[in-house]
Amino acid sequence: MRSSLGRYALWIGLAILFAALPHIFTSGTSLTKMSLMGIMIIFALSYNMLLGQTGMLSFGHAVYYGLAGFMVVHFINRASGGAWPVWLPFVPLIGGLTGLTFGIIFGWVSTTRAGTAFAMISLGLGELVAACSLILRGFFGGEEGITTNRTRLLRLFGYNFGPQVQVYYLIAAWCLICIAAMYAITRTPLGRMSNAVRENPERAQFVGYSTQMVRFLSFCLSGFFAGIAGALAAINFEIMNFLSVSAVQSGTVLLMTYIGGVGHFFGPILGAVLITWLQSSLSDLTGAWMLYFGLLFIFVIMFSPGGIAGWIMLHEPLARAGLLMRLLPAYLLIAVPVLIALAGIVGLIEFGHHYLVKGATDGTVVRVLGVALDTAGPWPWLISVGLLAAGLILGRRLWPVVTDAWNGASAELKRRISA
Amino acid sequence: MLELVIFSSLNGVLYGMLLFMLASGLTLIFSMMGVLNFAHASFYMLGAYFGFEISRRIGFWPGFVVAPLLVGAVGALVERYGLRQVHRHGHVAELLFTFGLAFVIEELVQMFWGKLPVDYRVPASLDFTAFTLFQTTYPAYRMFMLLVAVGMFVFLLAILTRTRVGLIIQAALTHPNTVAMLGHDVPRIFMMVFGVGSALAGLAGVIAGPALVTQPSMAALLGPILFVVVVVGGLGSLPGAFVASLLIGLIQTFAVAINLSLSDIFGSGGAAIFGDLWQATVAQLAPVIPYLLLVLILIFRPTGLMGTRET
Repeated sequence: MRSSLGRYALWIGLAILFAALPHIFTSGTSLTKMSLMGIMIIFALSYNMLLGQTGMLSFGHAVYYGLAGFMVVHFINRASGGAWPVWLPFVPLIGGLTGLTFGIIFGWVSTTRAGTAFAMISLGLGELVAACSLILRGFFGGEEGITTNRTRLLRLFGYNFGPQVQVYYLIAAWCLICIAAMYAITRTPLGRMSNAVRENPERAQFVGYSTQMVRFLSFCLSGFFAGIAGALAAINFEIMNFLSVSAVQSGTVLLMTYIGGVGHFFGPILGAVLITWLQSSLSDLTGAWMLYFGLLFIFVIMFSPGGIAGWIMLHEPLARAGLLMRLLPAYLLIAVPVLIALAGIVGLIEFGHHYLVKGATDGTVVRVLGVALDTAGPWPWLISVGLLAAGLILGRRLWPVVTDAWNGASAELKRRISA
Repeated sequence: MLELVIFSSLNGVLYGMLLFMLASGLTLIFSMMGVLNFAHASFYMLGAYFGFEISRRIGFWPGFVVAPLLVGAVGALVERYGLRQVHRHGHVAELLFTFGLAFVIEELVQMFWGKLPVDYRVPASLDFTAFTLFQTTYPAYRMFMLLVAVGMFVFLLAILTRTRVGLIIQAALTHPNTVAMLGHDVPRIFMMVFGVGSALAGLAGVIAGPALVTQPSMAALLGPILFVVVVVGGLGSLPGAFVASLLIGLIQTFAVAINLSLSDIFGSGGAAIFGDLWQATVAQLAPVIPYLLLVLILIFRPTGLMGTRET
């Protein structure tokens, strides 16, 4: 009884959080950001059904997102003005079905293979659809895309979904439903078999399952949820263009999911929220934000292949045993050189960006903390390189402290378990 | 018509040879290390930009020599300090690493040289007409490109089949463990092959830069086509890569020159069912054809045209 209550408490808490967010962050821009986060959470989770759950690396996931978005735009345009009796909140289902349909068609083709071949087929299909999007102007609207008006469907309880806050709640509701549904799928036999196919396809076959069938079903379901995300995007932006089926969109969802962490269910949620936030916030602060994005991705691949979620869950056993506090001093200590090195890297990128991109028009002088620095001279560079070097050297010196603390806490944990 | 066929064949072979300069390195790297290098086209782009920067300051010919070497050095460093670290996390991580690297290289190129195409010119010594056929002139620079590509092909073939190093590389392709047991430093061979592959891509960039457009999106435009070439040819097969490069090069060039659509052949009746697809000319469909070929090959002949192993 208590455990089932605990299980529901998480979902109820999430629902309350979604409901409360617009009252905490009331500004228009944060409402837009949160709507986008909701869409991206669904999209990234659907991607992780492939990459994380079934071990299929896809380079063309935007196909299902984008095609569904286009279909929904056309659907709303046809149905608007009361031509068809539909309400906007149910329109994402149309997107989902579109994603599912294309998932069945393309999945039937591509899931016969696994591994690198699957990745290549998905890339080929993605490029195929992206190339078609510029040819089939009637459906994709060419370069400028196709617009729609979400308010022209039938009203539901008097809501016309014109204001952004109403759209936010629509997205939040669908987001909650999709998170719950996708989590539920991981607990079904199909979800478990997907994991088996990911870990060891040969043994999965010996147990009597068709690995191809498991991959196919995962692929179709993933297409369905990507379609819902695409539909919500169409409703949110009221425009769809060729970029939404492009390799850029496929790459973005891959980066989001991987940075968040593919090994745990909540990883892609973290990734979607963080990357969407970075995209909107960093792009205001610096012109080189895409570079930070790429470097972050490489950093995660090289040093934390489990992503952010993997790193957090590494601490879970220690947190349960109440040993997390033992790590805190070491982490605070290592944070100092990390921040110093980070400042050096940011300095190099920002000074470089200022000198190379803005230097020609705005002059080479940049103000940092009230000090004027000339990026044409040596000082900004010496300072940045110095900070980076100091951070790296200091970090190397202090690293044993962290490993000692970690080993100490782990040993304590082991002692408690065996005792 | 004859004029079209001759010039399209020439340009097709040229484009195909250019593709092969990249595809040969890519397929060698894949068969040795099992990594499909997403950043390979980025090395090609780096070659073009390095060549541009050097030709702007010193001249085209120094750039022709130095830029590929620089790109090769960058490639070797990437292998030594990037890929080798990621290797223990598995193939997916390696693939994603090169994917991220392509992303970062594109951003860096945009930062250093701007988002617009740069003015990378054909050197004055090669800026003349090679021959005139049917009142159409053919630039000498294109003949030079063809010459370089063919020269590189011969060079690569000679190294792989006639030298000891080539023998070791060939052995490492199929039996890396045995080669390691015979006392060869396999990681170093990997680094070397990666570096040479990158240098070849850089060389392709240096010579392609003035003829095509040197812009930050040139890697993203060529990269997917490159995968089509190596997969269609058969992963790990050099002759296959050669045939596929020429095939794709010719298909692309001829398709662009053909201005026929289905409605021209069968009348406008099908437009009601197929919409724009019925009206689209072969030239418009040209970008789609390689990917269609890729998907069909992967479904019906997974080993590629000349490959021996499944992808």
